[in-house]
Amino acid sequence: MAKITVTVNGKTHTSDVEDRTLLVHYLREHLNLTGTHIGCDTSQCGACVVVVNGKSVKSCTTLAARCDGASVTTIEGLSPDGQLHPLQEGFWECHGLQCGFCTPGMIMAATDLLAQTPNPTDDEIRHGLEGNLCRCTGYHNIVRAVQYAAAKMRGEQVSSPNA
Amino acid sequence: MIPAAFQYVKANSVAEALVLLQQHGEDAKLVAGGHSLLPAMKLRLSQPTVLIDIAAANDLKGIAVNGNTLSIGAGETYHAIASSAAVKRTCAIVADCVGQIGDIQVRNAGTIGGALAHADPAADLTAVFLALGGSVSVASASGTRQIAADDMFVAMLTTALDSGEIITTVHVPVIGAGQGASYAKLKHPASRYAIVGVAAMVSMSGGKITSARVAVTGAGPQAVRQTATEQALIGTDGGDAASKAAASKAGDDMDYLGDIHASEEYRRAMVKVYAARAISAAVAQARG
Repeated sequence: MAKITVTVNGKTHTSDVEDRTLLVHYLREHLNLTGTHIGCDTSQCGACVVVVNGKSVKSCTTLAARCDGASVTTIEGLSPDGQLHPLQEGFWECHGLQCGFCTPGMIMAATDLLAQTPNPTDDEIRHGLEGNLCRCTGYHNIVRAVQYAAAKMRGEQVSSPNA
Repeated sequence: MIPAAFQYVKANSVAEALVLLQQHGEDAKLVAGGHSLLPAMKLRLSQPTVLIDIAAANDLKGIAVNGNTLSIGAGETYHAIASSAAVKRTCAIVADCVGQIGDIQVRNAGTIGGALAHADPAADLTAVFLALGGSVSVASASGTRQIAADDMFVAMLTTALDSGEIITTVHVPVIGAGQGASYAKLKHPASRYAIVGVAAMVSMSGGKITSARVAVTGAGPQAVRQTATEQALIGTDGGDAASKAAASKAGDDMDYLGDIHASEEYRRAMVKVYAARAISAAVAQARG
């Protein structure tokens, strides 16, 4: 067993976990943060993406024990006061999802993308989200949603494309 | 999926990792990015009883140019290498290659030393390392040694490393005037592993190719040099006709793996196509 102390969405947790516990299981089963999804479980689909120490990672392929001392942000941490994060608002406004299974991973990967590239081209968004698979919609509205969020995060005026 | 039980230990330096390797023997495995090892452990293809995590070992970090050699710490991640101004300036093929691996989450985790030590049949870096004629510095409890790229890959998932050894630094040549190096790959659309990847490096003088190294990954059990193609390039102007003629000899004398993603026959055909692309790009760069 490993004793780990991890700050998740600003709250510090100290837990005993099996050495083989994967971060995604720690988040979902120990902390009941089920917004992070398990999709392919082979680090290809990106449904499990969370941000660890500022970098996006696939939590199905990250050991919880390695995250001792780390700061983790999950989809639940994006709207601590109930106000939607610009990315969440963008996916809402631009209809960037159908079933929603891939959405938490898409949004967490997009936070990393926008932190590095605040004014991305559509190509840069597609390239930046290549580790996230959506099986419903195709990616067109997802790219629009990220552009919406990028504009809003740059302080620009945004309006709903459906308004 | 959850891996079989193991003991997790963190090593904060190469010295600590070497002590742990000695202590736990052949049942221990080193883990850095873990994106090859952990999936294999979930499938029970690998069942180490001890995992020694070297991702936080600071003495495996660092990127430095010394004369004609670019040296990259084995623990540098693909993302750090792809973003490095020094790598882009001195050996752009390496930055370009690692920038094409997997996706940003894989590149945030995976390391150059891990890729070479694991030697996945579909890894990208193995072909680039072979084409560049690089080397690795290796540490063990009994000292250090160098392994040349040509001696590194022994068989599928098998390298010249002994079980108590750690790659500490990867060395590749600085690409100088009159030289060019390029990597071209046909990628699997979900994993982005190489279905076929070809790396080529050429040196030119007076409009002629004076030396060439070409290596293929993805198509067979291990990355291999293509000596027939290399020989065919030397002395030519590297133009379209010469490049295509040399590329047509690629992949004739090697083992292949076929799977659901691409048959052996298809890979055999694609090796020639991607060899021509890699050679043409390397020649264009060498001509300046």
